[in-house]
Amino acid sequence: MIRALSMRLAVGFGISVALLSGAAAMYLGNPRSGTQASAPKGTVELDENELKSMLASGPEPMLAEIFGDIEHGNLDIALQRVDKLVEAYPKFRLGHLIKGDLLLARSRPLLRFGEGRADVAQEKVADLRHEAIARLHAYRAKPPTNLVPRYLTQMADGQKHALVMDTNKARLYLFENHEGTPRFVADYYVTQGKLGSDKYREGDKKTPIGVYHITADLRRERLADLYGTGAFPLNYPNEWDKRQGRGGSGIWLHGTMSDTFSRPPNASDGCIVLPNKDLDAIAGKLQVGLTPVIVSDNVEWLSLEDWRAERAALTGVVDNWRKDWESRDLKRYASHYSRNFHANKQNYSEWMDQKERVNAGKEWIKVHANNLSMFRNPGKEDYVVTTFDQDYQSNNLKNTMRKRQYWIKEDGRWKIIFEGSV
Amino acid sequence: MPLLPARFAPLSPSARRYVTAGLAALSVAASMCARADTVQDAGALIKQGKFAQAQELLDKALAQKPSDPQARFLKGIALTEMGKTDAAIGLFQKLTEEFPTLPEPYNNLAVIYAQQKQYDKAKTALETAIRTHPAYATAHENLGDIYARLATQAYDKALQLDSSNSSAQQKLALIRDLMGSPAKIGKPVPPEPVKPVVVASAPQVPTPPPAVIAPPAPAPVVPTTVAAPVAEPKPAMPKPAEPPTQPAANETKKVATAVESWAAAWQRKDVKNYLAAYAKEFKVPGGKSRSAWETERRQRIDRPGDIEVSVANLKVSVDGNRAVASFRQGYRSGKLDINTSKRLDMIQRDGRWQIVQESVGG
Repeated sequence: MIRALSMRLAVGFGISVALLSGAAAMYLGNPRSGTQASAPKGTVELDENELKSMLASGPEPMLAEIFGDIEHGNLDIALQRVDKLVEAYPKFRLGHLIKGDLLLARSRPLLRFGEGRADVAQEKVADLRHEAIARLHAYRAKPPTNLVPRYLTQMADGQKHALVMDTNKARLYLFENHEGTPRFVADYYVTQGKLGSDKYREGDKKTPIGVYHITADLRRERLADLYGTGAFPLNYPNEWDKRQGRGGSGIWLHGTMSDTFSRPPNASDGCIVLPNKDLDAIAGKLQVGLTPVIVSDNVEWLSLEDWRAERAALTGVVDNWRKDWESRDLKRYASHYSRNFHANKQNYSEWMDQKERVNAGKEWIKVHANNLSMFRNPGKEDYVVTTFDQDYQSNNLKNTMRKRQYWIKEDGRWKIIFEGSV
Repeated sequence: MPLLPARFAPLSPSARRYVTAGLAALSVAASMCARADTVQDAGALIKQGKFAQAQELLDKALAQKPSDPQARFLKGIALTEMGKTDAAIGLFQKLTEEFPTLPEPYNNLAVIYAQQKQYDKAKTALETAIRTHPAYATAHENLGDIYARLATQAYDKALQLDSSNSSAQQKLALIRDLMGSPAKIGKPVPPEPVKPVVVASAPQVPTPPPAVIAPPAPAPVVPTTVAAPVAEPKPAMPKPAEPPTQPAANETKKVATAVESWAAAWQRKDVKNYLAAYAKEFKVPGGKSRSAWETERRQRIDRPGDIEVSVANLKVSVDGNRAVASFRQGYRSGKLDINTSKRLDMIQRDGRWQIVQESVGG
């Protein structure tokens, strides 16, 4: 387990981090040798202010300290810290479990995570162990801040923030749009579907992988307790998903029910679930109809240099399409469209026939694509979603609309597979 | 909570010798007078379980010498045994302040705190006792128990288990034990291993986990896809084995009827009458609110598919307006077929027997 995760990290960031060693690795991983607490040797005074500031940013820094203590056999200090942890987060079940283990370790060796209840509540213990590993790894191996997720090719001026989720790491990353460049703000532990990611059909208890947008803010609605302090529906299935035959609906980003601080990494019916504290922290930054939520099973990070190069190439692709439309040369225009294209119940040839008829009456066309955003799909299906305000002018028509296109790669060239208004 | 009162420091001869020696040194001039005998007699009475008489003697001794630590200490024990815990806490507390190096008052304070489920306070008191006397075995054993109890609490919170029923049962058993055979109290109590806590948790999956299962209050999740064949509207429920020959025979019968109606209402999914079987002081498992529990029960019971609930080997014991009904409970729904032993603690009000506590196992 430990080794597998390190390897994945090595692929992800180009670095490998020693995450856990010694007793803590045993405790979370391989149940062989035990750690036992010696009798309390008197109280070790922990700095209250330090503890407070550590706990203010969430349970993870403290959790990492506690596992560090366990690693070094300082179970007494670990217990004192875990007391502080559950005092600050009374509904943090993982904290309570570790507390139970550390208390039990007073009387017998601590052989494995959830020592005292692993037999009676096997699944729940496994869930919490999964959460512990996810949180520790994410905390100890944060992505370098000079890297950018490949998918955020271009954010529009109005898009203040973007969310990128890594389902393998159970992590949600928040980026802000800093003069056109995505800048890392914060990352959060996050829950996905019970059966993981890559949703395909209704009821498969999976979280979809793809490029989505927030479509509503339901914080003012009367939500069931399950949704916690707020809910933000996503536009799953998007046009691409529909074409692929993906089904299901109601994929939301939402908070956590009131009886727990957080849920296991795999627990929802496909929704993306944050602890309420974290949902509240990002809720004010989400813009309905604008904020992208990109879900990947393994986020690909680019250096700024590579990211800029990719952005320039894709901007060029959109620009060529726009210019070829202005040229009123149907052949040039049509070269940007896939044979499998469809829009508004029109297929490729119907679309082109109509364009030819319209072009016949045109003496000139001017097209502008303003507020362009471009997001690349993670995963196996390579597509780019472009959204922009289309400003169309010709000798006999003026029209503005918000347009969205899905581009796929065919024979090495980007082609439009779907186009429509938003 | 079973072991702690038995490990009251002075109740075992060795520990008692220790206490006597320690405290006697503090009350120098008193050793030769009649008061010393009075205190000794009080100690003997406590051994025999005659706590009120012991208190009487001790009050006399304290009237003569109000500061006598030995008499105050023994009075604290008598008060604790009689359930006058606030007064006992006061006495022990004062002793710890006046004699901070004596471990016994700390230990006994911890015992009372533990009875009140104030495990953190109990832990602190015991850790203090151990700091002053690192070799004090009783305090170590008690502390081990407290750690185990704190661990159970932590695990319950972590995994949403409810271990309160099982510990409540152990506590009741202990009280009976102490009162029933006072001779035992005099014997040194060997350190008992920490007993595994029986956990009554509602299974989350249709397949019941091996050891301890049961719909305590929460019934198991009923697989919605499985529709059981139409069951008889009335459960096959054996009558209580023999009509008990106690004077309370009439009440025993009423308790049995109440249990049967409860099971029948559950089986026919008559939520209203099912919930009406629970008294208003019913101890809701898992620290939930009554209304949250009722909602959960309603949802579980209302689920599609027939259920079958049976009661077998019903045994009822009545004590005034309280009664305990124990029986084998059969629960069948779809593929699920669970047989558990159940205990219902009941109370009578206005001629009606209602459930105040529901526990599983044992």
